[in-house]
Amino acid sequence: MDFASFLIQMLNSLQYGLLLFLVASGLTLVFGIMGIINLAHGSFYMIGAYLAFVLTSATGSLFLAILLGIPLTFIVGAFLEWALFSHLYKREHLEQVLLTYGLILIFEELRSLLVGDEVHGVDIPAIFSASIPLSDVLSYPVYRLVISGVCIVLAVALYFVIQRTRLGMMIRAGNHDRTMVEALGININMIYRVVFALGFALAALAGMLAAPISSVFPNMGSHVLIISFVIVVIGGIGSVWGALIAALVIGFADTFGKVLMPDYAGMVVYLVMAVVLLWRPEGILKKG
Amino acid sequence: MSSLNSMIFKLAGLALLACVPLTGESFYVELAAKTLVLAIFAMSLDLLVGFTGLVSFGHAAYFGVAAYAVALLSPKYEAASLWYVLPASVGLSALAALVVGLFVLRTKGIYFIMVTLAFAQLAFFVFHDTPLGGGSDGIYLNVKPSAEIAGWVPFELDNATHLYYFILGALVVVYAFLARILQSPFGRVLVGIKSNEHRMQSMGYLTFRYKLAAFTLAGGLGGIAGFLYAVVFGFVTPELLSWHQSGNVLLMVILGGMGNLVGAVAGAFVFTGMQEVFGSWTKHWQLVMGCVIVAAVLFMPGGLSAVPARIKRALQGGGSNE
Repeated sequence: MDFASFLIQMLNSLQYGLLLFLVASGLTLVFGIMGIINLAHGSFYMIGAYLAFVLTSATGSLFLAILLGIPLTFIVGAFLEWALFSHLYKREHLEQVLLTYGLILIFEELRSLLVGDEVHGVDIPAIFSASIPLSDVLSYPVYRLVISGVCIVLAVALYFVIQRTRLGMMIRAGNHDRTMVEALGININMIYRVVFALGFALAALAGMLAAPISSVFPNMGSHVLIISFVIVVIGGIGSVWGALIAALVIGFADTFGKVLMPDYAGMVVYLVMAVVLLWRPEGILKKG
Repeated sequence: MSSLNSMIFKLAGLALLACVPLTGESFYVELAAKTLVLAIFAMSLDLLVGFTGLVSFGHAAYFGVAAYAVALLSPKYEAASLWYVLPASVGLSALAALVVGLFVLRTKGIYFIMVTLAFAQLAFFVFHDTPLGGGSDGIYLNVKPSAEIAGWVPFELDNATHLYYFILGALVVVYAFLARILQSPFGRVLVGIKSNEHRMQSMGYLTFRYKLAAFTLAGGLGGIAGFLYAVVFGFVTPELLSWHQSGNVLLMVILGGMGNLVGAVAGAFVFTGMQEVFGSWTKHWQLVMGCVIVAAVLFMPGGLSAVPARIKRALQGGGSNE
């Protein structure tokens, strides 16, 4: 592997890892704060990608699609929390698994009814459609760099919100001890709703950003869901920073696995997880 | 239900199942055979979920390992011996469960659910990506295993009726085995782990070993179901190890009410029934299934097996059913 192709794979790993972080951060926050295992989180990613396809076709611009999509998914997320997930907080994990499994079936079939089962493409916005030449034959698409940039900005923003704002303080406190937070007169239900809706919007945003490079296809959510689980397990449940580290590790392992040993690429990620489980059964960073 | 009533109920159910081939409709015989295979699969998972309190979301892996083992161990154009491929494939799935168990049992709760799912996905990729498994098309099992013992052939798996009774026999054996295990001191420890693992540990039980034994046993019994599935349908695909398969079997266990072996069998029948009925209404039957699942969790805590008690209470108590 020469330097240019190595650089390309490094950038791809970074971009994939950061995108996975957007999905996994919402999942880990919902686990950490509400104690809910949400199998439908991968569907949120799928919904985002399909929204990007439908809204881009309607408005003609991915930017408009994303601008419309974020508030839309936030509202749908808040509604789902109110209608379904708020009834699950005191239930067993098994019932949470069951309900969210049912939701996956519903979302996939609704997708099939409304948009169909074909594979769709979404155009890269014209200003980002260029490529940067790296050598005589190799070049790197600008759009992938834009995705990485957006993800880094969002990660920093998430850090700022969680560490530096009053809402973030309440979220961290809720992660630590929800009963105590409630006793201090904070409306924990409102916090739950905001965090859940935020998680939905982040996963959907990841789907919208990924739509032009991965294309839009049925069952695209389930693979992302399982990889996100692996990230949460490696990073430690409830730890956003653990999720960031783990997402980058998985991004690199998966990308280089595909390049170096294509036959076994699907397994590399899970082997990384097995090693981490032997080393630290509760993840690299524990909840806290 | 008293134990005599319960015995009569089980025998009546068994007699009913034994009558299915008498209808002569090959469609129903195959459907019933498939359902019985799923019932064995559901019982094996119930040992973990219902009795030991381990919510495994990757049980399809052991089903799939055994199914692939039959296809891979059988010669291409002749029959393998049943008395070799059955123990070998079940042994392999138990071995897979033992190895995976060493990893996943280091975790608890939500972690355990996610990690079992992830390992099942690993197994899925082993058969999907490597040259071993024949890719997403899977492998055909051209010739069903032969039951010949030194020239004597007690039954033929090629014959749909023989195969049906063989599966029904396997169901009875697995049921009796699990029922016996659960009465034994070993089974009592598992139930103790479900209700309070810390207490079992402080009583001196090495709970990890018991959980590992249960996990391995459940994997092996799930392997019996996987073996039978491959024999019934004559081909195996990576879909057998997919997480939808793990989700569906979990659904059967929960539908029947956890910790109830007859319930697991009933759950398999209810699940297949729903699949057939909804499927006859619409191509989008999964939408109806999803709505049923969501509604069941929201409005029916405790599963199907809790319904009779709730109705009874509602009739006696005059209204309040919470």
